[in-house]
Amino acid sequence: MSAREEVLSRVRQALGADRTPPEEVVRDYRLTDGRPAGDPALLELLVDRVEDYQATVLRCAPADVGATVRAALDQGLGSGWTAGDVVVAPGLAEDWRPAGCDVDDDRPAVQLADRAASVTAVAVAVAETGTLVLDGSPACGRRALSLLPDCLVCVVTADQVVGSVPEGLGRLDPLRPLTMVSGPSATSDIELQRVEGVHGPRTLLVVLAG
Amino acid sequence: MTATVPPKAPTFLGLPTAPRGVGHLRGDQSFPDAARGALRDGQLRANLGHATSTIRGKRAKVVDELPDWAQLREAGRALKAATMARLDDHLEELERQVTARGGVVHWARDANEANEIVTRLVQATGTSEVVKVKSMATQEIGLNEALEAAGLDVFETDLAELIVQLGEDKPSHILVPAIHKNRAEIREIFARTIPGVDPDLTDDPRQLAMAARTHLRERFLRARVAVSGANFAVAETGTLTVVESEGNGRMCLTLPETLITVMGIEKVVPTWRDLEVFLQLLPRSSTGERMNPYTSTWAGVTPGDGPQEFHLVLLDNGRTAVLADEVGREALHCIRCSACLNVCPVYERAGGHSYGSVYPGPIGAVLSPMLTGVEDNASLPFASSLCGACYDVCPVAIDIPSILVHLRAEHVEAVARDRERPTAEAVAFRGLAKVMSHPRLWHLAQRASRLGRLIARGKPTLPNALPPPVSGWTRSRDLPTPPRETFVESWVREHGS
Repeated sequence: MSAREEVLSRVRQALGADRTPPEEVVRDYRLTDGRPAGDPALLELLVDRVEDYQATVLRCAPADVGATVRAALDQGLGSGWTAGDVVVAPGLAEDWRPAGCDVDDDRPAVQLADRAASVTAVAVAVAETGTLVLDGSPACGRRALSLLPDCLVCVVTADQVVGSVPEGLGRLDPLRPLTMVSGPSATSDIELQRVEGVHGPRTLLVVLAG
Repeated sequence: MTATVPPKAPTFLGLPTAPRGVGHLRGDQSFPDAARGALRDGQLRANLGHATSTIRGKRAKVVDELPDWAQLREAGRALKAATMARLDDHLEELERQVTARGGVVHWARDANEANEIVTRLVQATGTSEVVKVKSMATQEIGLNEALEAAGLDVFETDLAELIVQLGEDKPSHILVPAIHKNRAEIREIFARTIPGVDPDLTDDPRQLAMAARTHLRERFLRARVAVSGANFAVAETGTLTVVESEGNGRMCLTLPETLITVMGIEKVVPTWRDLEVFLQLLPRSSTGERMNPYTSTWAGVTPGDGPQEFHLVLLDNGRTAVLADEVGREALHCIRCSACLNVCPVYERAGGHSYGSVYPGPIGAVLSPMLTGVEDNASLPFASSLCGACYDVCPVAIDIPSILVHLRAEHVEAVARDRERPTAEAVAFRGLAKVMSHPRLWHLAQRASRLGRLIARGKPTLPNALPPPVSGWTRSRDLPTPPRETFVESWVREHGS
């Protein structure tokens, strides 16, 4: 018998011949937050929760994203940065990109470690947990893009902000490679004291438009 | 690895338990013997007390924040129960979906088979270095030792696992394997073992984390093979999930050409939607955060993004034997948050190493004996005061105290079966049952027990060093000195009969 057949047959033996239908799962927890995506109160909540992770949020009008991304990079890299320090997702809106910046292509992923900062969009943001989700689409970029540069700038638009985890997951495609980001990388491994910044980006800046 | 074939491990309902001679489910000593040493280690107790009280406070705060925690907890429990009831179907569906998206699924009956599969897969890539994401399953099967025996270099990349690996130590906690070490001890390990580390390194946690970052950075960038575990695998879509904090997981899941994920068969969940429950329960219950910094999900292989070769190893290693135990199977619902360790008065004092298994604490006290067969971890079901705190905090409501009692009974029955004469304990309890059901005998016994006052010599408890067989009881329990008079006697004296 193959290992596959044997493990499956053990499972069946363990469960026995009586295969009574499994109990029904009651989902009486909160499925929605009750507030529509982009509700001003949700934006406030997102800002509060993201900042609680020691990340920085810069709010702006939808027309001012480009300038605000540049302001975020000033904060993350210091005002002396140049366009060559920054790599952006290939599908990032043209007017959100710093002029002359590097655009990610099919180069070996490890080369992205040479850049000081990256800029991406997100697929959805969950206010209650301060979570941004990147889904590997052209606007969010491949996973290495939001991982290797030490400073990550994510642009979130108001319509992407939902209240709860169930609403957030409902908007995502589980067949895509997803990265859920809640603050900068962190560890609690030494005396359970949280330290921000380990292997992933040590600085997270969120530009919230709208 | 030993060349001799170890004796076959006991089975439950004919289903094989985790084999002996491989992996880390069995200790060298019984729990009371191991704990005795730990209890004398004041530094260890201080480290554990500090860490567990910190995490308990954080957890309570973020759990109280959710108005629907009770409903989420009940949904989590029900989801796990429903999954187990159809585990075979979900595993087959998972295999179909992962395969359809370019992954390769392997099945491993036990630790030896899983180690062989992973070793072969790594060797096939032609590389000699493997980076690892923290994973309980690979700790359980002793994968690092197996890979090293095959001449491969294994690098743990989680900060706590790195501390354990560099210190040639053993993990003592599910979530924070180096919880038994404080910052000064960690600084000493780094200063001694990391080549080229800054000699002025202090014990500031931030500096220590940065030292780990520098140490592992190049290794991540050149790694060609990574090994991970999985927190969840969604059957309907073939989506694997790893929940982490530091970004070492993302490095391993994203940069190498080949990714090998080893997952216990109980980690499957039926639908994507089920994660809306578990991704709320797990981070709040484990690190006490609203959400952990990074959660990665992937389904098979994505062209142009991440590893282009993906292998999933589905591991049994005694899990089906646990599943066969109708009371104990609930232990398979565990999502490895470690909240039960952090609230357990026994864990807090004895520490994780005393349990002898990679699964310490209350959940380990039930899971380890069931995975190995109770006779291979016979002391663990007794490593608890049955206070029930573990049940209260469990995010999927595993009734650990009931399983402990169930396993104690199983052990007692097994011992009775294997012995020609009953144990002193069994004789004592049989006698006690008789005495307690006859009022006259009971009064006589109570009066006789006053002899104990002579031995106690005015102390509130009897001395621990009583002769056998009584010492078997008093070694780990305080036997109070019998009172001058019983409750009934004092009632009669004060109120008349």
